[in-house]
Amino acid sequence: MSDPASTSPRRMTLNMGPQHPSTHGVLRMILELDGETVVKASCDIGYLHTGIEKEFEQKNWQQAVTLTDRIDYLCPLTNNLCYALAVEKLLGLEIPPAAQWMRVLLNELTRINSHLVWLGTHSLDLGAMSLFLYCFREREDILRIFEMFSGQRMMTSYFRIGGLALEPPRGWQAPVAKFVAGFPDRVNEYEDLLTKNPVWVRRTKGVGYAPLEDLLDQGVTGPMIRAAGLAWDIRKSEPYSSYEKFDFEVPVRTESDVYARYEVRVEEMRQSVRIVKQALEGMPAGAWKADAPHVVLPDREKMKTQMEALIYHFKIVTEGFRVPEGEVYQVVESPRGEMGYYVVSDGTSKPYRVFIHGPSFGNLQGLPEMVVGRLVSDAIAALGSTDFVLGDVDR
Amino acid sequence: MLADELRAWDGAAVLEASAGRGELTLEIAAEKIAAVCRRLKEEHRFARLSAITAVDRYPAEPRFEVVYLLHSIERNERVRLKCRPSGEAPEIDSVTGVWRAANWYEREVFDLFGVRFRNHPDLRRILLPEEWSGHPLRKDYPATAAKYNYSDETQ
Repeated sequence: MSDPASTSPRRMTLNMGPQHPSTHGVLRMILELDGETVVKASCDIGYLHTGIEKEFEQKNWQQAVTLTDRIDYLCPLTNNLCYALAVEKLLGLEIPPAAQWMRVLLNELTRINSHLVWLGTHSLDLGAMSLFLYCFREREDILRIFEMFSGQRMMTSYFRIGGLALEPPRGWQAPVAKFVAGFPDRVNEYEDLLTKNPVWVRRTKGVGYAPLEDLLDQGVTGPMIRAAGLAWDIRKSEPYSSYEKFDFEVPVRTESDVYARYEVRVEEMRQSVRIVKQALEGMPAGAWKADAPHVVLPDREKMKTQMEALIYHFKIVTEGFRVPEGEVYQVVESPRGEMGYYVVSDGTSKPYRVFIHGPSFGNLQGLPEMVVGRLVSDAIAALGSTDFVLGDVDR
Repeated sequence: MLADELRAWDGAAVLEASAGRGELTLEIAAEKIAAVCRRLKEEHRFARLSAITAVDRYPAEPRFEVVYLLHSIERNERVRLKCRPSGEAPEIDSVTGVWRAANWYEREVFDLFGVRFRNHPDLRRILLPEEWSGHPLRKDYPATAAKYNYSDETQ
């Protein structure tokens, strides 16, 4: 496809995607090239649009949890959490500490899981084949932990409105403790392979640069903002689910290039391990779901012996619970940045409107600016460093 | 308070202020939205636009609420602006001149709700194909595909 506007034979329009291994899903990038230099770039999205926000309006409040898993499929638990927190805020529910801490623990494992997929695929894009295998080896451990808790490896739906879906399984501490004990060494291994690797450094340093003001203006959030010098993390600035009780640092770099984003995310994995360790050691005892019989299903035992519990059970299962009229915008720090659920209730047993602000949407919007004026191969590096998930972009 | 400061600046801009569940919502006169956004960004340090979305209140009139989710990292504060442009195919000023982030969000609202944004640099559908008809997040748009009616078949 040559560009008719240009007479130079070096000018061409290159269609990258929607089926291209380095677009991490179905993204179409349209690159206008002069030789190998990108002159103009734009993204065409929507290939993965499922109308999931419309689907929310058809489900009752609790059923809709299963949809949240499928939005950003690399961090389903973060989506579960954000939605549950939003609805709990509408309901005015108090979540017991044990459930809150368990949410933090699993949420941080999710962050590591997501960063591992990012690191593996991003380095694979840039030619470091073996790291992909190492990352997926450790990811497998995390997925096994998720499976142990929820019965599912990916679509966990483990955080429900009012607490957790199931009581944590007996002996859950052992595999988690084993993972956090071994994982920091694994991160060292990744760093041995990349941090000082001359090929990696030359492919990433100074590549995909964008100034902080531009990133903020374009709606970019998360590790990319932190790699541009701003220590903004929602876990610190607007803590939720008792994150304020945990001790961790927010890694910051100032170079705002692909390498800085790599450093930030690797450090975030270490910090997540710290949080998981604290949650593991200090896990409070007590209930794992809220004391709210009109929302939370009663225990099986109670349901079979108490009339009132049976009535509640019947009401919740058949009709679902009602949520008072109102609206909230709940944000959490997803592995990719600011994730927000804007939930509107009209007082019935189904959501009136759920809008999902996925961090990938904003992050992707900032991408074209990072690749203009650079080589096509740098565009691949910049694209990987934004760490978007198309399910989160297209919804 | 933010609402009072805005009222002092322009008496007709803020129609209503509420703080349900600790979240500040300002209802803004639809024709003032771009000016209010600029003011909030430049004078009140709301440097970030988190997102723009809409709610369809069908069959109420005006049926659409366009919702602006603003965030200030410096003030560590969030504010929600709401506009109700009227009509079946309502129009409202674009805020792409204030935050570039608005570009895709406004396209999304246009795509899924059919609200048009004046002065938007590139108002096209973003998630659905160009040739799609209708706006799926409207309440009168069916959520499931039309059922095939066998009784219409001629025998």
